[in-house]
Amino acid sequence: MLRFLLMPLYVLRFLTQSISIATGQIWSNRTRSVLTVIGIIIGVAAVIQVIAALSGLKAKVLTDLETFGTNNIYMWPHWPEGRQLSYEQVRFKPETFEGMLDKCPSVNKFGLGNWIGQNSVRYADKSAEGVRVVGIEPDYHIVEKRPVVEGRAFTVIDEMQALPVCKVGQDLQEKLNLPKDCTGEIIIVGNRMFRIVGVMEKRPQLSVIGQGGEGRDDFEVVIPYRTGLKMSNDAWTWGIAEAKSTELVEEAQAEIKFFLRKVRNIRPGQEDTFNVESVSSHIQKFKQISMVITLVAGCIVGISLVVGGVGIMNIMLVSVSERTREIGLRKAIGAKKSAIMMQFLIEAIVLCLFGGLIGVGLAELITLGIVKSAPILNQTYIPGWAILIAFGFSCMVGIIFGLFPAIKAARLDPIEALRHE
Amino acid sequence: MQRSDRKVVLRLRGIHRLYKVGVERIHALNGIELEIGENEYVAVMGKSGSGKSTLMNILGCLDRPTGGSYELDGKDTQKLSDGQLAKIRNEQIGFVFQSFELLGKLNAITNVAMPLIYSKGGWIDRKKKAIAVLERVGLADRVKHKPNQLSGGEKQRVAIARALVCNPSIVLADEPTGNLDTKTSDDILNLFDRLHSEGQTIIMVTHEESVAKHAHRIITMKDGVIVSDVEGDKFRESLSGDRAVPDA
Repeated sequence: MLRFLLMPLYVLRFLTQSISIATGQIWSNRTRSVLTVIGIIIGVAAVIQVIAALSGLKAKVLTDLETFGTNNIYMWPHWPEGRQLSYEQVRFKPETFEGMLDKCPSVNKFGLGNWIGQNSVRYADKSAEGVRVVGIEPDYHIVEKRPVVEGRAFTVIDEMQALPVCKVGQDLQEKLNLPKDCTGEIIIVGNRMFRIVGVMEKRPQLSVIGQGGEGRDDFEVVIPYRTGLKMSNDAWTWGIAEAKSTELVEEAQAEIKFFLRKVRNIRPGQEDTFNVESVSSHIQKFKQISMVITLVAGCIVGISLVVGGVGIMNIMLVSVSERTREIGLRKAIGAKKSAIMMQFLIEAIVLCLFGGLIGVGLAELITLGIVKSAPILNQTYIPGWAILIAFGFSCMVGIIFGLFPAIKAARLDPIEALRHE
Repeated sequence: MQRSDRKVVLRLRGIHRLYKVGVERIHALNGIELEIGENEYVAVMGKSGSGKSTLMNILGCLDRPTGGSYELDGKDTQKLSDGQLAKIRNEQIGFVFQSFELLGKLNAITNVAMPLIYSKGGWIDRKKKAIAVLERVGLADRVKHKPNQLSGGEKQRVAIARALVCNPSIVLADEPTGNLDTKTSDDILNLFDRLHSEGQTIIMVTHEESVAKHAHRIITMKDGVIVSDVEGDKFRESLSGDRAVPDA
């Protein structure tokens, strides 16, 4: 009974014993060991490096995507295939969304926007062409997290009374040579007059995805949604909603879909007449795809580990034949086949892990170099799991390529082995 | 003490060992009948090719006979698996080799403690046990030395300590003095004498009469069979005709 209880202790001591024999062996043949594990070092470093670079690229893209807001859900009308629906039937109207916040508990806020068009804008003797004019409800920019740098955001009064007020972008402010605090100034959009109440912050630049070409001016004027509706009654309307948390995005999306289908009387089996999409669902997809790419690339590079493994096998075979007498002796004094096999297997594994360790170190150095030299990969980092995988693979290579020499050692006939010169 | 009174440690019945080399069949052992009791001191003699090494390998459970039965401590070894034979080698047999077979990178303690690694209960107090046997063979002051810091005789003492560390039923020594000079050989043989007087069963293979005469029973082999099995006294008497035996 006691012996049974002490079993794990024996196994542990056996392992530590084997590991210390193995490290001793490796240490006494250090030049040979280092040369042997070069293949493993390079393999591990390459695998980790590929994963690190791709992870860095992914992080970069994700940062871009997240500037859209991970909790945000976008809604817009959609013509289902096969059904002839008029614009009037498909378009969003403010009434469409009445009572939505009550029916969708996972939705925190939502706001509508409409597209008024590209217009010319004048202030004093300056003018700008092709300015995007968009109508929004007050919550729209709260959801989009676009604060004002001057003045104020829209209020419910602006919205409900459809006041002729506007917010301008910083680029436009510069172009029209507006004063720094331009609230209260009047600009002419198309042929209507609007009083500026605020200046919107510039949109963040996206580094990887890009946004209509870099360096181009982003002229925009934003007016209250209902003001826009008055200007053009059948303006294209869309919506933006915010889920209460990132975890609830999918839930919120489903609630909105259910709500809109009900409002629009869409029968089961019929296609939606709208789209509800979130950045986070795209992020999810992107993450999946990039994971697959990373793993595939890692595996392709991982083939170099196999080459390293052959080196390990070679040196282990040498080790077995060098130590034939030792194996014979160990068998004579009572080592079972399994004990001999474990000894050599552990030696191969320790050798590979040792190579893996140096490989990880090398990969860290290369990562440092990449971060310093390639701007697009400056978010390159080694994920913890990559190190685990690298070690796991080294271990596996050790087992696979150490197995044959270990079995060879275990099968030696002790009488023959002791006679070996 | 009469041989018949002793508890039988090993019993060989009609042991055959057949080697096939191509189409040729070589009978290395051809029907060996042998009983060895507790605390016997046996020397196996014979020219090379007489089958004494093959017999040693079978007694040591390193090899299996092709015919006959071998009982060790009442256990029929024929029925045992390779793993069980390894266990018997570990627990019941202590090997002493002509060329010592010490591991050069390990010191005396670790070399001596090595069999304990492979024994189930031996894990605990390995070092203590190793030091205790090293003291028993007179190497108390050499326990931390590595083989290359030891003389031939000291190396063989370490090897003997290793053979004793698991308290084996029998010690099998294969030409234990073959690599040693006369003076050192005598030291080692005196050590064997002492171990025997302490109750150890010893079987020794040798081709030298001066070594064999230390034993209390001398078995001579030829062509795979036992040709003589005599008491040590008679053996010494038969020798005294040729040359003087100092301790006879």
